[in-house]
Amino acid sequence: MPITKKDVEHVAELARLALTEEEKELYTGQLQRILDYVETLSGVNTRGVPPTTYTVPERKAVRADTVIGSIPQEDALSNAPEKAKGCFRVPRIIE
Amino acid sequence: MPIAIKDIFCTRGVKTTCSSRMLANFVPPYDSTVVKRLKDAGAVILGKLNMDEFAMGSSTENSAFFKTLNPWDTSCVPGGSSGGSAAAVAAGLCAASIGTDTGGSIRQPASFCGVVGLKPTYGRVSRYGMIAFASSLDQGGPITKDVTDAAMLLNVMAGSDPLDSTSVDAPVPDYARGLKDGVKGLKIGIPKEYFIEGLDREVEGAVNGAIDALKASGAETVGVSLPHTEYAVGVYYLVATAEASSNLARYDGVKYGLRVDNAAGLLGMYRATRDRGFGAEVKRRIMLGTYSLSAGYYDAYYKKASEVRTLVKRDFDEAFKKCDVILTPTSPTAAFRLGEKVADPLTMYLSDIFTISCNLAGIPGMSLPCGFTSKGLPIGLQLLGRPMDEATLLRAAYTYEQGAGWHKKRPAL
Repeated sequence: MPITKKDVEHVAELARLALTEEEKELYTGQLQRILDYVETLSGVNTRGVPPTTYTVPERKAVRADTVIGSIPQEDALSNAPEKAKGCFRVPRIIE
Repeated sequence: MPIAIKDIFCTRGVKTTCSSRMLANFVPPYDSTVVKRLKDAGAVILGKLNMDEFAMGSSTENSAFFKTLNPWDTSCVPGGSSGGSAAAVAAGLCAASIGTDTGGSIRQPASFCGVVGLKPTYGRVSRYGMIAFASSLDQGGPITKDVTDAAMLLNVMAGSDPLDSTSVDAPVPDYARGLKDGVKGLKIGIPKEYFIEGLDREVEGAVNGAIDALKASGAETVGVSLPHTEYAVGVYYLVATAEASSNLARYDGVKYGLRVDNAAGLLGMYRATRDRGFGAEVKRRIMLGTYSLSAGYYDAYYKKASEVRTLVKRDFDEAFKKCDVILTPTSPTAAFRLGEKVADPLTMYLSDIFTISCNLAGIPGMSLPCGFTSKGLPIGLQLLGRPMDEATLLRAAYTYEQGAGWHKKRPAL
């Protein structure tokens, strides 16, 4: 499938990436080459083949609901770029 | 034992950067399970090791901070993404190191640096506190001077962990115990798809020499076929980037890591932070992963790749009916030169052609030295095993290593 600069801009928007004009041009070409390469997969017959998303046969999805220790608030906030009153502080989102 | 750790494992109170500007000042408030187990077993944690940013790369040239050189030839790359881990062991800077392997990131640098690297079965080692790249492929493992050290470290690292729901709940055998049991009667599968055009002649010669040596020790060889090998790189770069685009969504400048606030509101902060924090390769992979997961493309790319992944896995299931381990080169060439593959991402991706299938199938794999090129660069041999059968891999590797003696050779620095 041909990739256009517009596709790249759309994907960058979804991925919350701010790209420069130069990056947009570069990625348009590079993504095109990579997608052309993976196009070979479309020739593989996968009718009736289930997808593999994990290779571990049994997952411990459920466990006993027991309380264990957690990271104290102070530690959890220790890397916060900005904090206030025991919370993460972010730019205003509601006007 | 003085051990150094790839800078992808969280270390309590010690900066953990993943070689990214995004995490340049991140100091984790907790230890990863791997680091905790090592500490509990008495290891001395020497420090953290350079890597490709977020483990994305095959040469460690994608580190946001500096390049790592190959101790055997400083004009060459150490491989990647665990390039710092492999180079540090080869150079004697630590007794052993810990790396991670998503598509060959332990085995390929081990091969390039002439050391032993083991990627355990998916789920054998806990991923808790190991910064996520592609969650269904990532696995931590040891990089060591010899096979015995790899077995001893796996003894400490392996085991179920309540903090990782994908860790396997199976007893951990003593991996060091059976090392000396030999390979008499062991069936070694040789897959024809791994001895192809593009495989360096000297690499092929060294690997064939190892096959002969194992035969002389009593092993039998059997031809096997892994017919979907040619699709593995394509599957990998769709599956791994899709998972990465989701995993790396967490770097938003809110809770930890870099924040670039450009006064353009929350969305502006996200974009500016991610623009400044991520390097070119990471952005490229986020872009590819986001594209293949986006509306209209999901079926053609991510879903298709996940189905072909099943076929890659079935190839191994079939092959292991005929043999106990599979033997291949680790990489088609010895270490390449710094800068050689930087301009073309696809060429760089193809250097992982022999290591990627192992992660897709979730099986264990290891690399150990099997010779040197005429220029003095190490060549690596890869052994692949049945799920949870690291013991057989280690036994075959130990038998070969003791006869060949490559592990005693060290670079002249």
